[in-house]
Amino acid sequence: MSKLGLDFKLVEEARQSARNIALDIQGLIDQHTSVTVERTVARLLGVDGVDPLDRPLPNVLVDKINSEGRLDLGIAYYLGNAMLHTGQEPQTIAEMVMKEELDLTRIPTHDFDEVKKKVLEVAQKTMVRIRKNRADREDFLRTLGEGPKPYLYVIVATGNIYEDVNQAKAAARQGADIIAVIRSTAQSLLDFVPYGPTTEGFGGTFATQENFRIMRSALDEVGQEVGRYIRLVNYASGLCMPEIAAMGALERLDVMLNDALYGILFRDINMKRTLVDQFFSRVINGYAGIIINTGEDNYLTTADAIEEAHTVLASQLINEQFALLAGLKEEQMGLGHAFEMNPKTENGFLLELAQAQMAREIFPNAPLKYMPPTKYMTGNIFKGHVQDALFNMVSIMTNQGIQLLGMLTEAIHTPFLQDRALAIENAKYIFNNMRDLGEEITFKENGIIQKRARQVLEDAHHMLKNIEVEGLMETIAQGKFAGVKRPVDGGKGLDGVVVKSDMYFNPFMDLMLGGASRE
Amino acid sequence: MNNIDFTRIKPYGDTYNDGKIQLSFTLPVPYGEEAKEAGKKLLEKMGIEEPQITHAEEAGTGFTFIVAYGVVSHTVDYSAIEVPKVDSEVMDKYGVEDFIKEKIKRDVVIVGATTGFDAHTVGIDAIMNMKGYDGHYGLERYGGIEAVNMGSQVPNEELVARAIELGADAIIVSQVVTQKDVHIPNLTNLIELIEAEGLRDRMLVIAGGPRIGHELAVELGYDAGFGPGTYAEDVASYVVQEMVKRGLV
Repeated sequence: MSKLGLDFKLVEEARQSARNIALDIQGLIDQHTSVTVERTVARLLGVDGVDPLDRPLPNVLVDKINSEGRLDLGIAYYLGNAMLHTGQEPQTIAEMVMKEELDLTRIPTHDFDEVKKKVLEVAQKTMVRIRKNRADREDFLRTLGEGPKPYLYVIVATGNIYEDVNQAKAAARQGADIIAVIRSTAQSLLDFVPYGPTTEGFGGTFATQENFRIMRSALDEVGQEVGRYIRLVNYASGLCMPEIAAMGALERLDVMLNDALYGILFRDINMKRTLVDQFFSRVINGYAGIIINTGEDNYLTTADAIEEAHTVLASQLINEQFALLAGLKEEQMGLGHAFEMNPKTENGFLLELAQAQMAREIFPNAPLKYMPPTKYMTGNIFKGHVQDALFNMVSIMTNQGIQLLGMLTEAIHTPFLQDRALAIENAKYIFNNMRDLGEEITFKENGIIQKRARQVLEDAHHMLKNIEVEGLMETIAQGKFAGVKRPVDGGKGLDGVVVKSDMYFNPFMDLMLGGASRE
Repeated sequence: MNNIDFTRIKPYGDTYNDGKIQLSFTLPVPYGEEAKEAGKKLLEKMGIEEPQITHAEEAGTGFTFIVAYGVVSHTVDYSAIEVPKVDSEVMDKYGVEDFIKEKIKRDVVIVGATTGFDAHTVGIDAIMNMKGYDGHYGLERYGGIEAVNMGSQVPNEELVARAIELGADAIIVSQVVTQKDVHIPNLTNLIELIEAEGLRDRMLVIAGGPRIGHELAVELGYDAGFGPGTYAEDVASYVVQEMVKRGLV
């Protein structure tokens, strides 16, 4: 039952508009592939490692084919054909290409059905590994258990994966349920994924498959010690969305930041490119049982949290439809929102409460990701700790899913060990002390809170109706989200988008689409 | 409280000259009496007398978080302190607009960006965006100012090129990520580019960010630096007055 007196007919209409908006884009997505989508296929077929210049072999392979303008068939076709021709595995083939011992476009072509069969044989091995990871996670959750919701989510960001491990283990012992390893500044704009363990980064640590493996194994270890499964987060965003998703699926990550709209608006990535990339990355996340986190919270760091609240809801509804099209279940949709109002706002707490409750009621099964105050954190750590406390109160009163803990030193530095400890203490105190407050309270009929939520819903409904007419890309170009304008053909990565041929082949799209529910 | 000796200032808790100070920190040692004693010893070495560890707890295995109080033995000579500051009168938005009308008589062009790998727009947006920050309108809303906000992760070269194209009177650059001092080489690079283009004397170059102060900015070759708590009017007031002072109108 709605505590807010929301008009669910209006919600349904808004959802239908969002569905039409997403379907319109899906038509475009289905016609295209991209360099990172193809590199992902190569990775999932077992290609890894780097050449003597530290270029990842998936890049070496895909760039070669793309430079000849022949990527429209998909890399899987060329690898399959070469497997039949040489009798070798994809990794060996990639090494041969690197050494220029083999030219994938100049070897005899085999029967297309034979090629597909060969590729599917190899692909099945990867599918088994990913399914095993999913089963392992479920086993851990069954045997070890997990912390109560909202999960306590903290970040580590030392730049050195081994130092991150120390901080992450300490955080888990302090009570954290989810650890995110923040990426090095600007990794989102690299059109390749670095290789191997890394010990230097700025503002974060490079996402590499080896770093994923190191942190996964550390968290499994500390999880046994504290008797809780500790989830691991990274970022399937930027120019390598699906590759990072694939690496996460292979190394059993649990949560991925994954939002094309975020990349378009805040990283100036070309919209066609990132929407194509997002689709495959979400298909992989869906199959691997990974929870995605969307980035709507960021809108409110640039736009006003009161005036622009409806853009968050509109974007969440669109993101929900994109996720459904990629086979994600509602339980995997960590839609984002944030506590970002100016603390001087009279009754600001009531407005935040209204918006958080509204998100909860409109997405009842989604593990909503709630982001802490950042914009109005000042360096006065004492006030900041109180701001974070209010944020925690809203969360427990509205039953949020994933609580990205606010740090009292936000706006000063990446968290110290003690900052994280204080943040966890703050959240645990409030969550325990106010655990069932939400169950106990109702909101005054037509009071400030109910009116606020209805207003935001109406505005979002109106916005979605407009986008339905104008198209999502046009709307973004006009600066309607986060006050940021991005042209359709602007931004980074457009040159990596390729129109598929009728014969295009990506085995994993077919094998994985349908999500975690499918066997 | 009457006869404060400004040549010998020390912290005030609740009594003049009591020297009371609070600290919190983490030691990478297991929680216990030894950890507290280590905390005390550290405070003593810092010149803090009567150290009291008011709280200590385990912050993850092998770490102890400590809250401490003590009495500072040192004093500072407040009367001898000189801090380089942006030397301009702060006017409000209307004051700035009138000033431009009367003394500059044309639009002032200000180009801003967060440059380098830094992806944070929060600082540059607070100063430039129409909406501004905390009830203080941004430069885009100022009559007589043409404000161009290029956003984040802008290469220094692109910022300079845009400034040339628009004939900018001032460049403002924001740096939020300062971990491992990554902002220093980036800010230095920007100044070098501007000098190489022979533009240094033709425009004001201003830096801002949570860890940027006027002193640092000047040291790096900038005209001014603005730290936390800066609003658009602080920057605008400085720019328009300095333009007149330097005859850049």
